[in-house]
Amino acid sequence: MQPDWPAEVHRELVAAGVRLVGYVPDAGHKRLIELCQADAAMRAIVLTTEEEGIGLAAGAWLGGEKTALLMQSSGVGNLINALGMVKVCRFPLVMVVTMRGEQGEFNPWQVPMGEATARVLETMGVAVRQAGEAQVVAAHVRAALARAYEAQGAEAVLVAQRVVGIKSFEEQANQ
Amino acid sequence: MKPNLHRRNVVKKILSDRNDLLVVAGLGSTSWDITAAGDSPLSFPVWGAMGQAAMIGLGLALARPERRVLVVTGDGEMLMGLGALATIGVQRPANLTVVVIDNERYGETGMQATHTAHGVDLAAAAKACGFRDSRKISNENEIESLHSMIHKRKGPSFAQIKVVAEKLPLVLPPHDGQLLKARFRRALLGPGAESQNSAEVLPKKL
Repeated sequence: MQPDWPAEVHRELVAAGVRLVGYVPDAGHKRLIELCQADAAMRAIVLTTEEEGIGLAAGAWLGGEKTALLMQSSGVGNLINALGMVKVCRFPLVMVVTMRGEQGEFNPWQVPMGEATARVLETMGVAVRQAGEAQVVAAHVRAALARAYEAQGAEAVLVAQRVVGIKSFEEQANQ
Repeated sequence: MKPNLHRRNVVKKILSDRNDLLVVAGLGSTSWDITAAGDSPLSFPVWGAMGQAAMIGLGLALARPERRVLVVTGDGEMLMGLGALATIGVQRPANLTVVVIDNERYGETGMQATHTAHGVDLAAAAKACGFRDSRKISNENEIESLHSMIHKRKGPSFAQIKVVAEKLPLVLPPHDGQLLKARFRRALLGPGAESQNSAEVLPKKL
């Protein structure tokens, strides 16, 4: 049986004291978003674009609160200029990114940004942790949270598309 | 009607007796404006990330609901992050005010006209996004009323202040991002701010 990675990640966020979670929905994040919304001690904040999450995280940290951002890989493209502020101010940042454009992709328009996601993040100074199996997602998130908030680092955990496992538009719409 | 308000006077007035107000200023002229009014560790002037000032204000307002938060930004900076108005409208933080100093120009790049010069109405957009109070201001008397909006009234609130398009001497805040972050957190959270937040995520046995 596959481990329930969204529930495990939610537990890591709780354990680290994350109370603000910004997100742009992705089918792969459906369950984790619902867990954050259902958690009375957390506030799940829907964003119009992933870039807003950078301002949210920066402002929250100025006020002493920890955040996590949930997005899909195409959204990483929307972050680039705002990541300059994260780098220059050394704002702690934790992002959980569900991948598109990999094995099992059904929309070819998702492929270019999916292929570039890790490189784009690394180019802008964000450390990338690749979670290729459901078993390792939570451990990567725990490590990312620790490094971000101990060492003021910017961290992204990329959850492989095969972990999410959605294979068609129909499956995505019906989940 | 030609505006007659001058931005430096407006911002100075808004920030007079600011007390423990937390202030975020957007990239460009508004960062110089808040500095001309008097630099403070509880001011965070943004030197980049154009379009993010209002979102930084939202993050701060949600993190510190017991404090009042003011974002002062320009029309060009606000236009780049217009979606933030919708996001703030959904969260509706009672302690957040966004003030746009609107000279209808991109002031740092050659005074090119922005969308507001062509009639785009930011105050109406904020209202439509769910801000509790949203005003367009063009005269001195209305500036006075902003004090209760910023310090007392239930928000989120928004004010678009029409000002004269003028080139002014630069009054620059510190530009070291780590310094701006650290001094803000220390002033707001106390000297133990950094170590407290680190300790929470360290394993207990350490």
